[in-house]
Amino acid sequence: MLTFVIRRMIATVFVVFTITVLVFLIFFHTPGVDPARKLAGRNPSPDTIKAIKHQYGLDRPLPVQYLILMKKLFISRDLTSYSNQGQKVVPEIVAATPVTLSLVLGAAVIWVVVSILMGVAAAVLRGTIFDPMLMVLALIGISMPVFWLGEMANLITQDRYHDTFLFSWVPPLGYTPLTQDPVMWFKHLVIPWLVLSVLYIGLYARVLRADLLETENEDYVRTARAKGLSERRVLLRHTLRTSMISFVSLFGLDFGVLVGGGALLVEVVFALPGVGLLTYQSLISLDLPVIMATVIYGAIFIVIANAVVDVGYAWLDPRVRPA
Amino acid sequence: MSTVGGLEHPIDPLADAPPEGWVAGRSPWALAAHKLVRNRMAMAALAVFLGIVVVSFMGPFYADHIAHTDPFTSQLTATTVINGKRVDVLQQGGGVLKLGETPIGPTWQRNYFLGADSQGRDVAARVLYGGRTSLTIGIGSAVICSLLAVIVGMVAGFYGGVTDSIISRGLDVVWAFPVYLLAISIATVLLTQGLTIGPFSISASSLWLPTLIIAVIYVPYVARPVRGAVLSVREKEFIEAAIAQGASNRRLIFNEILPNVITVLIVLLPLMIATTILTESALSYLSIGVQPPNASWGTIINDGQQLLYTRPWVAIAPGIMIVLTVLSLNVFGDGVRDALDPRAKLRVKD
Amino acid sequence: MSGAPLLEVRDLSVSFRTQDGTVHAVDGVSFTVNRGEVLGIVGESGSGKSVTAMTLMRLILDQNAVFSGEVLFQGRDLMQLSQGDMLQVRGKQISMIFQDPMTSLNPVYRVGWQIDEQLRAHEGLSAKQARRRTLELLGAVGIPNPEARIDDYPHQFSGGMRQRVMIAMGLSCNPDVLIADEPTTALDVTIQAQILELIGNLQREFDSAVVLITHDLGVVAEVADRVAVMYAGRIVEYAEVGELFRGPQHPYTWGLLGSISRLDRPRQRRLAAISGQPPSLISLPAGCSFRPRCPFAFDRCRAERPALEARSGPGHLDACLLSADQKQARRAATPEAS
Repeated sequence: MLTFVIRRMIATVFVVFTITVLVFLIFFHTPGVDPARKLAGRNPSPDTIKAIKHQYGLDRPLPVQYLILMKKLFISRDLTSYSNQGQKVVPEIVAATPVTLSLVLGAAVIWVVVSILMGVAAAVLRGTIFDPMLMVLALIGISMPVFWLGEMANLITQDRYHDTFLFSWVPPLGYTPLTQDPVMWFKHLVIPWLVLSVLYIGLYARVLRADLLETENEDYVRTARAKGLSERRVLLRHTLRTSMISFVSLFGLDFGVLVGGGALLVEVVFALPGVGLLTYQSLISLDLPVIMATVIYGAIFIVIANAVVDVGYAWLDPRVRPA
Repeated sequence: MSTVGGLEHPIDPLADAPPEGWVAGRSPWALAAHKLVRNRMAMAALAVFLGIVVVSFMGPFYADHIAHTDPFTSQLTATTVINGKRVDVLQQGGGVLKLGETPIGPTWQRNYFLGADSQGRDVAARVLYGGRTSLTIGIGSAVICSLLAVIVGMVAGFYGGVTDSIISRGLDVVWAFPVYLLAISIATVLLTQGLTIGPFSISASSLWLPTLIIAVIYVPYVARPVRGAVLSVREKEFIEAAIAQGASNRRLIFNEILPNVITVLIVLLPLMIATTILTESALSYLSIGVQPPNASWGTIINDGQQLLYTRPWVAIAPGIMIVLTVLSLNVFGDGVRDALDPRAKLRVKD
Repeated sequence: MSGAPLLEVRDLSVSFRTQDGTVHAVDGVSFTVNRGEVLGIVGESGSGKSVTAMTLMRLILDQNAVFSGEVLFQGRDLMQLSQGDMLQVRGKQISMIFQDPMTSLNPVYRVGWQIDEQLRAHEGLSAKQARRRTLELLGAVGIPNPEARIDDYPHQFSGGMRQRVMIAMGLSCNPDVLIADEPTTALDVTIQAQILELIGNLQREFDSAVVLITHDLGVVAEVADRVAVMYAGRIVEYAEVGELFRGPQHPYTWGLLGSISRLDRPRQRRLAAISGQPPSLISLPAGCSFRPRCPFAFDRCRAERPALEARSGPGHLDACLLSADQKQARRAATPEAS
């Protein structure tokens, strides 16, 4: 097991390295683009540009430029935003992370529970009208742009039906930290959670249903029935248990992607000050250092999540577990 | 968010072998086409999608001959006739101070059918024009992406060895990178100055820019199954026999491998277009996709955000168009996959 | 053997509705199994033998399957039992061993747990008791060092060892009937003999009845008391094992026997094969299903479907329209089938 984990860690470090190089090349060496001007934000003075050129070592060889950037990101953590009067970037990201985590964790709970219920229900009800109905519902969920769904949710809960008993509890857009007021935290996040989870409910319910139906044909499920186990036990302990292997590995990947920046659109629509909103605001002001930092931090989080998934996969499936 | 529209899991990446085990006799294509045509839901979805395409490409006709309006220039002082009365398109705000302006709401008439946006432009005409942009970018980027992916995937799968390792590792890295972050990175860099490589240059406001960005970021998602298809064909006995007979590489690629790769692409393409349309709308919503004065469904939803509580139709209409388009593509794509996937066949075990 | 047989199948038919037509997988099959007896059901793939076995356990869940006939077990018709009552029969009174031990055990659970699960479902044992019983069973089926292996996963076992685990599982609740569906097909030849011997020993020890399904007449010769030969969903010959090998009555059985190589006979020119393919179960030929492949077919075979009845002597049934004397003459004339 230890060698497995170590090998996985080495692979992870390699991927992180490649991603940072990729981001570095995109931001500093896209043909025809002057990185110093870009980094300086809108309407920079010539002095600023000169200072940036020196600070990022843009007149020095490529590997040195890369190392300087990495040092600014991870060691001295003094990457500064020029559009935003010298604001330090890394602490901003650290402060925004709990918001993003709150959003994604809550949505994840909803989508896991609901998609398992939907997927199992559709598989069990195969041959009835409910199976295709549930799957069409899932497809609609997959087909809706999440930011538009968010806007529609706002239209209903903030405006059109806000004064009815249904949605009068919904607070104005924004966020309250969990430590400050748990009830308010919850109220702020309920609608975003639901909106974010819709897409994943659709995806996971479809994947799980297909998996369940495929597992249903496995010989060991037939064995379980031949043992005289109840249909319920066959479903829960045998069919669902093995189908969960791919479900869980998907979950790990999507969770990583969402925390690593994928929840951006939902954060923007609901004005939740997480990492995604930070990225968005820097997009609007073309604040390149912030974008660069959020992208790299996000990517690293995702890669680590992938590694955790692999180890978790080994835990769930004894066949790939190293002896 | 790498899972938009379900491209992430269209086919189990572990099982990215092409369909096999056809019934002998009729050609597999004919069988699949027959099965697809019999799938009423898929055919209805295809009709909906084609309908949306036709209507969207009628945008100029609608603007010129039905609504009589120019959907791209500001119409701050325009007027229209409702119930015989001439009214301003941008009306003075209510309240004591009469601050701000509210565009006209849906008139359900020939012009300003869905009302106006904050610059007095006809929303219905803009939704049609926007649809043309969104569909062009969606289909264009899906096709370009497929071409790139076929090259990458076939080179990796065909040459194998070190070439394959390098390409596969590279794809893994990009795969691990969420598509939105990648798109944002590329878009922010290119947004103000455009792209210049040698003699070619693409201006920042060109539709080519979002098309290419979206095409590039999805390459790994298509290249992996293509590579799998090539590998699974290469390992077949008939290929070994062909090599033993001295078949040339080119003949192998065009006669044996390409047909299998095309099967994979056909299964993926509808789902790809659904995904690229959703991605385009998201990037445009974030204002790093289609740039003004062009409009796409995503930019119109963005325009509608400020008017959400007063004139919700500005945002609702393009959203419904996206949902219909993507949903019809997903349903049709499911039908195509069922038709080409022999696992769906009824099997009677002894 | 007093009174009614332990298991009696009467006129069992199973068909599947498919897009291409109705597949008649099992067509009017009847047989009996008594306590302490091994019944072999022989046939090539597609003959309906596995579908028959699965139907006895009511394990065919295909919604397009249509059943008719009776499966009388201790006087009750299993086909009429409620799902709940059937759960009490499965695994407890009738248990089943499957063909492929590599895929028949759940890969994510320890083998001991999988046997425990059945014990706990039927015997109401505590976890501790179940584990002790599982250890005994693993020992009884010849797994060396059961204490060390009980917590291993299936993929850590070889094919033969997995089949032993399956047998331990099948016998765990002392079933009255054990159905073994091609239990040795997926195994090496040397392991096959061991597994067959094990099934034979355990059958005597537990005094169970065994229904052994196989395509291999050699396996039948070794362990079965009586044999039913199936072809295209029907039983074409049914006899005591010695009787069948001494005086096989159906041309299909001759073909099967001819395709075994035997060391105790002078070497033949070549092994005989039955020419042609088994018929499509969707459109069976009229009359005798074997007619298109039968070298001895004559006019009546086309018109009349031969019933399974005693033509050569009491207790030896066959479904061939030739008289016993004609059969003897025909068979003597074909060297391959002798």
